Amino acid sequence: MLACMGSLVPFTLVVGEEEFLVDRAVREALAQAREALAELSGGGGGDGDLNDMEASALTQGELTALTSPSLFGGGSVVILRNAQNAAKEIAAELVKYAKSSVPDAAVILTHAGGVKGKALVTDLAKAKVHQVDCPKVTRAGDRADFVRNEFRRVRRRADPDAVRALLDAIGGDLRELASAVDQLASDTDGQIDAAVVARYYRGRAEATGFSVADHAVEGRLNEALEQLRWALATGTAPVLITSALATGVRLLGRVGGAPRGANANALAAEVGAPPWKIDRIRQQLRGWHPDGVAKALQAVAQADSQVKGGGVSPEYALERVIRQIVAYRAASPR
Amino acid sequence: MSVFAELTGQDAVVAQLRNAVAGAMTHAWLFTGPPGAGREIAARAFASALLCPYGGCGECPSCRQVRAGTHADLLLVRPQGLSYGVKETRDLVLRAAGAPSGGRWLVVLFEDADRSTEAAANALLKAIEEPAPRTVWLLCAPSAEDLVTTIRSRCRVMTLRVPPSEAVAEALARRDGIDYDRALAAARAAQGSIDKARRLALDASAAARREAVLKVPLQSVSLGPALAAAATLVKSAEDEAKAMTEELDEPERGKLRQAFGEGSTGKGVAKAMRGMAGAMKELEDRQKSRATRVKRDTLDSALLELAAFYRDVLMLQVGADVELANADHLSDLRRLASGTRPEATLRRMQAVMKCRERVAQNVAPLLAVEELTISLLPG
Repeated sequence: MLACMGSLVPFTLVVGEEEFLVDRAVREALAQAREALAELSGGGGGDGDLNDMEASALTQGELTALTSPSLFGGGSVVILRNAQNAAKEIAAELVKYAKSSVPDAAVILTHAGGVKGKALVTDLAKAKVHQVDCPKVTRAGDRADFVRNEFRRVRRRADPDAVRALLDAIGGDLRELASAVDQLASDTDGQIDAAVVARYYRGRAEATGFSVADHAVEGRLNEALEQLRWALATGTAPVLITSALATGVRLLGRVGGAPRGANANALAAEVGAPPWKIDRIRQQLRGWHPDGVAKALQAVAQADSQVKGGGVSPEYALERVIRQIVAYRAASPR
Repeated sequence: MSVFAELTGQDAVVAQLRNAVAGAMTHAWLFTGPPGAGREIAARAFASALLCPYGGCGECPSCRQVRAGTHADLLLVRPQGLSYGVKETRDLVLRAAGAPSGGRWLVVLFEDADRSTEAAANALLKAIEEPAPRTVWLLCAPSAEDLVTTIRSRCRVMTLRVPPSEAVAEALARRDGIDYDRALAAARAAQGSIDKARRLALDASAAARREAVLKVPLQSVSLGPALAAAATLVKSAEDEAKAMTEELDEPERGKLRQAFGEGSTGKGVAKAMRGMAGAMKELEDRQKSRATRVKRDTLDSALLELAAFYRDVLMLQVGADVELANADHLSDLRRLASGTRPEATLRRMQAVMKCRERVAQNVAPLLAVEELTISLLPG
């Protein structure tokens, strides 16, 4: 029986929460199954029926009906999503099916991989089904690996700087990273380096209120305004930006008011900031005078009121307050 | 004892209300006066007198029911959240359109009417202008300006004055058995608010919080300490509010869970519990809104104490011979009075008022108070 099955994988289990990778694995398994089915039927019977459904919607006995051979041949593919939500009886049926699969049918099962419905995964593993793992990509190193793999997929070479630049510009969303790699590969020739990435993607992602605030209190007006535009364009709420500005300026005041040699940890606890931040704030403090900090903080309060309905345009209020902060810093006597 | 006996130092208002009960009635009343002047007490007494067959004896079943808030012809509205919305108001208008079940009047007592949103106020207009023949509206607000003009013009305004400190102190000494001198100091500090005076006299932590607030002006000598003072002020207001709301929150949640039958067994329990998550969410939203309001109110009362402090400084600076609210901090007052100019004091009072506006506008409380303490810096 095995011999006549060709390259058809009768049962594929995709485990993991990374939505993009799960989708891709399912798509690949589906394409492979269709190819195999077409080969089995000698190119004449089409590529089979496709059923794509939630596993929780499956009723008892339905799986048998879906996978049984059709009168017209051609086999069938069944995609069952979110198997962790399947009822106990259905899970048992799935395991039973995996142990004795039907020759010209392919079942593709996705499972979130958590604690919920974990027994199903272990039972299927015992039945030795083909398993694809798609764990959540959370660490920065894993993301870099992902990007390198993506370049490899499209058969292009990218140097480490390019990978880093792309991650900085796009952020952590795998779907966006993958499409950016595709875009770069089709738009450019030769080696992809940081300069090429910079031509297409620049300073966009992870523009948060905090990066705006850091640029502003460090007196870099252009960068601060640029980050502000990006942050607003990518959907950061204006109130979050004023609150980040307030935190930034407030910490200048509180750390600046403390004795110069104060212990960073004790100071951090007192002013409510992480210890590593204290050193950075001390650097930022160069170029500031307490009077400037005081005026800047009052300007932020004004802006917060404007953002919360006191003014006509939140965007204008934010741009104005950033200009004010930078100006108060410049006006500080050195 | 007449229901009006509780209104200390409001003889003019009491006389008008007695007249109204005797026959000079109108259908809508607005009770105004600064916090603590007794708006709600006055409105409640008036409601009691209207519903009482003997004109407000304070002894009959009707009067006792009003005191307990269970009288069938008294609709008590007490907004607990941040605002009173148009949906609730329409519901209220509908209920107010009925006839009284027993007595002469159906009384709607709307406390904190200034919490109603603009849409809600508009929904009230028609009902207040031409209420059902036997319906009376009693609204309460700090000042007539807190309500939209259209509502204001439809009501007879009763303005309660701030009761003199001596009257408050006497009432405290009589009712709560507080030593007169201590009661007088608390009454002065509370600026006429009986409730607040009682809390200051009896609750040690309330007195400690006041001390902390009054330290802020002298603490704000340079930027660092000023910001630290702002942080402490906001933190203590938040802690106080949290203590107050947590006391209420948990029993409410427990009651709701019980109402849905949690913990019980038997047939039909699963079905009964089906809507619980939604109802729970709704309750939590309401509680959150109430918590924000309590937080704002506590911060506001701290700010008012600061304003009173600077008012005292100003009085000393211009040499006015008036009663000082913070006579117990005379040395601090004198120090600030001699070290600064009256113009600066006025600017600081303005900064306090601006901070109150900012907080009401939903500006982050810490940020608003920081803006204030920076304005308090010398120079």
